[in-house]
Amino acid sequence: MTVGELRRTPLHDQHEALGARMVPFAGWAMPVQYGGIVDEHRTVRSAVGLFDLSHMGEILVAGPEALAFTRYAVASDPGTLEPGQAQYSMLCAEDGGIIDDLIVYRTDEGYLVVCNAANRDAVVAHLEALRGRGDFDTRLEDRSDRTALLAPQGPNAAALLADLTDLDLGALGYYRSLRGEVAGIECLVARTGYTGEDGFELFCDARRAPALWDALMAAGERHGLKPAGLGARDTLRLEAGMPLYGNELTREVNPYEANLGRVVKLEKGEFVGRAALASVQQTGPQRKLVGLVMRDNAVARGGYPIRIDGEEAGVVTSGTASPTLGEKIAMAYVPVAAAAPGADVEVIVRERPYRAEQVKLPFYKRPRPEAG
Amino acid sequence: MSSTHPDDLRYSKEHEWVRVDGAQATIGITSFAADELGDIVFVELPEPGTRISQFGAFGVIESVKAVSDLYAPVSGEVTELNEALRDRPELVNSDPYGEGWIARVSLAEESGLDGLMDADAYRESTAG
Repeated sequence: MTVGELRRTPLHDQHEALGARMVPFAGWAMPVQYGGIVDEHRTVRSAVGLFDLSHMGEILVAGPEALAFTRYAVASDPGTLEPGQAQYSMLCAEDGGIIDDLIVYRTDEGYLVVCNAANRDAVVAHLEALRGRGDFDTRLEDRSDRTALLAPQGPNAAALLADLTDLDLGALGYYRSLRGEVAGIECLVARTGYTGEDGFELFCDARRAPALWDALMAAGERHGLKPAGLGARDTLRLEAGMPLYGNELTREVNPYEANLGRVVKLEKGEFVGRAALASVQQTGPQRKLVGLVMRDNAVARGGYPIRIDGEEAGVVTSGTASPTLGEKIAMAYVPVAAAAPGADVEVIVRERPYRAEQVKLPFYKRPRPEAG
Repeated sequence: MSSTHPDDLRYSKEHEWVRVDGAQATIGITSFAADELGDIVFVELPEPGTRISQFGAFGVIESVKAVSDLYAPVSGEVTELNEALRDRPELVNSDPYGEGWIARVSLAEESGLDGLMDADAYRESTAG
């Protein structure tokens, strides 16, 4: 696909004006960096970074059977959601493989499913097929093209938003959402994110996105705000031990292998993939996602083989040099018998072995204030 | 972060530079290459004593997102590596012609130096 054939978010002009390096991502022209990935990463950890995530998919499930349908489609239990509450979830196939990971929000209109840009078409098609087959009294509205998503993330994000809204952000807990105005623009304000820092995801009408971005950038100056691209988004989520669909999560991976067993609610009743998932839960997964810190000097990257006791046995799914830790970190699948924090493995880099130590995820946890 | 390309250096098509000092040379990558790559996080080089061949891949330079080959701008023998890059690979971005130097080489008789561009030619090649 040439750059000319790529889709553009409503904030394309803003990115160009900021000198962003634009790259193709899931059919979209997206900013990978503005000033530099490491600088943007550090800005999110120490102040606040602003991400354009408007390429992602937003699908509203509405109608009398919206809850029943959503409970049937996803692996988690949206039946436990209070109004405004959200949960991390997955769509699984009949064989238990992951179609996408996503967040489900209970809103005043029904259940909003927010999915990865790369999987939007597959998710819509899958949900439509389920709805038809199951004859659910529900309607699906793909709102992706009408919806923009801006995400201020970092310890200063709340202070920044407080300058622009009358919403009581102190009362907005993690994975909760509220409707209200930010800079006079109607938004669904959610305390969610993919960085391991405090932060918000702001859903607004696509036509208002430029005005919202400009307002956040202007108000952000006194909070140390910088725009942040997909490059920093990836290094941040990796430090926070969060999986990326296409790397840690694929159609060939089930939630139990990826340390996401806690998301699967087998007890809620029938849902797509339940039988296969129950079986994996019973016998246990064959492989496990682990964290790695390189002990010999090399960068481990997705696709590099893992060798354990001289035998090839696993693969790196993501890796980078961690700006916060100052170490080379990675996530990898290893056979479940070999998964043990503290144990060494070898990562094969350009046909040579380099030692890595298994560690518990996440690599990074943000500092919390001491409990009272 | 770009610095202009110094006049006293020679440049290869693969965006490496060479500073000649008699029979020795210092090599690195240009500011153009460093900007293209983004934040450098790792440099892998052959040990001193290794013979390198002009335009052959002789090492690897990694940014946050990508792995790129380093191509020898001249033929010769590696005599010294910039040890500072082990802990501070970002020097390649902040000072590509100075503290971000990559290796020192003792030039072969047929080093291929004459095949490299001067600063004006390199500037022209990267314009537009």
